Amino acid sequence: MSEKPITGEKRAFMTGNEVVAWAALAAGADIMYGYPITPQNEIMHYWTRQIPKYGRKFLQTEDELSAGFTTVGGVLAGLRAFTATAGPGNTLMQEPMSMAEMMRLPTVTIVQQRGGPSTATVIYSQQEVTLTTMGGNGEGLRIVYSPSNHQELFDYTIKAFNTAWKYRFPTFVLGDGYQAKMRESVTLYDPAERGIEMVPTEKYVGKPGTPGVDRDPGHYRNTYNTEEELFEVLQKHFADYEKMAPEVVEYAQEAVEDADLVIVAHGVVFRGVRDAVKELRAEGLKVGYFRPITLRPFPAEQLKAVANKAKKLLIAESAQGQLARLIKDAIYGASAEIVPMFRPGVGITTEQIVAKVKEAL
Amino acid sequence: MSVSPQPAMPKSWRVESKPHKFCPGCGHGLVLKCLGEAIDELGIQDRVVFGCDIGCSLLSWDFFNCDSVQTHHGRTTPVMTGIKRANPDLICIAYMGDGGGYAIGVGGIVNAAARNEKVTVILANNTVYAMTGGQMSPCTMPGQKVETAPYGRDPEATGMPTQGPEMIAAITGDGAYVARGTTANLKQLKSYIKKALQTQMEGKGFSFVEALAACPTNWRTNAEKTWAFVEKEMPQYYKVGEKKNPFEAKKEAQQNG
Repeated sequence: MSEKPITGEKRAFMTGNEVVAWAALAAGADIMYGYPITPQNEIMHYWTRQIPKYGRKFLQTEDELSAGFTTVGGVLAGLRAFTATAGPGNTLMQEPMSMAEMMRLPTVTIVQQRGGPSTATVIYSQQEVTLTTMGGNGEGLRIVYSPSNHQELFDYTIKAFNTAWKYRFPTFVLGDGYQAKMRESVTLYDPAERGIEMVPTEKYVGKPGTPGVDRDPGHYRNTYNTEEELFEVLQKHFADYEKMAPEVVEYAQEAVEDADLVIVAHGVVFRGVRDAVKELRAEGLKVGYFRPITLRPFPAEQLKAVANKAKKLLIAESAQGQLARLIKDAIYGASAEIVPMFRPGVGITTEQIVAKVKEAL
Repeated sequence: MSVSPQPAMPKSWRVESKPHKFCPGCGHGLVLKCLGEAIDELGIQDRVVFGCDIGCSLLSWDFFNCDSVQTHHGRTTPVMTGIKRANPDLICIAYMGDGGGYAIGVGGIVNAAARNEKVTVILANNTVYAMTGGQMSPCTMPGQKVETAPYGRDPEATGMPTQGPEMIAAITGDGAYVARGTTANLKQLKSYIKKALQTQMEGKGFSFVEALAACPTNWRTNAEKTWAFVEKEMPQYYKVGEKKNPFEAKKEAQQNG
């Protein structure tokens, strides 16, 4: 029952949703709570098929509110608990995740973005960036990874559990419908064999001993009586977040040193950008890329340095400027001119990026 | 003769958070006293996780010497369900009012009940949204004057009050315990709460107790009228008693051979 899901390195050719399920198994996730919504369904399908062998658990709830709040409960009980959602489900998920933010609960949520607003399409978009980074009635006290391929989907799903439990902020892996549904090569591995130590979990409720006799009771709340009380609690959260940010921020950049134009993109769109930069450089054009891997916290300083050198930043995203808002906030005052390439709810090809760059240069 | 500085309190109550934060005459203290005594008598203080909702029930977040979680409005049932699923050894109690349970959180309660989740829901029915200032709730009585029905609740426009235990009894499977008690009969209410907790402890099924409770602050009633409403008027519509009792069912089955 407790045998390891993966031993050695396993090459596989599978969908992104299957990759997420294997990553959660490999990470030692104990329980998934979920509600059906396309395009994340197969995460639940693969999870439920595998878990009897490994003694893990699953609960299908009545909606994403309950999926999120039961995940919160699983974390309170001290388990690596996770959920997965998309689109309108992600909208509902923001209520439980705002509770996780306030109470510093290390939930892990996989989001496979679909078209929006509303029901829109079940296919693909990058339109859940604002919602996932800044959702809820709060301040975006969360961590959001944006993987761009199946290997990263595997790596960052494992990492999400560790980041969440180490820093105690709700953590998201922001995939999309393309990554969820397409098949791709990936190397599955047991984290321990790669020297990745899983951060131990901790019970919030149900610790040994009788509360009030052997130990203090755990009294957890998200309501405060006075403005000052709340203000103080939040200052502590902000300070923790600021301290954490440099340790968690991840990005990738290439050919930015002498670049006239730097393309900024995240997630699956980055794949087209990477190829476009290769092609344009081969033609002798001074073009580079910058790719934020964490959208929260955002690699602000690093991008600002780039934005002060390059003449132009081309922002390519499958949304109407949601990444651009994060970028503008990060680079405020920098000299580069912003060139938008917004294609909400549709994919962006290498050819389209090459053409756009040539037009902008 | 020694004089105790404190009135008798259940052992599971947290002395440091007393006197409690509820208004004078509020029903919550009585329901929580029954719950505290039931926890003491069952000897489960070290296993209880107490979850409270939004609304006046949230004022009980530090009420017990038990691990406690204050959640969102209507979301206490799923949080307790999540904990129970993760650690079945814990005794998970979701505490809420009639607004949290029967309006915004009804999806959570109904589906937890339908799945026969091994959690206990205790719901104080005081016929109003009390924390927010006395608006109409699912349990406001026909004709009762409240802030959002200032001329009295009109069932034609707003429907009839929700019959919670009856609804939950209809959708739970075998093993569930469902009852409606009242703060006008604390001995009985405590016995219901105790049986609900035993249902969870024995892993029988979902357990649910509604308790008729007073809100003199929002009802704007004096002691006499408050008591008359709880003791006489509410039970005319909300029938007190056990709706589903796995312990009785077992006894009957034994008697029938």
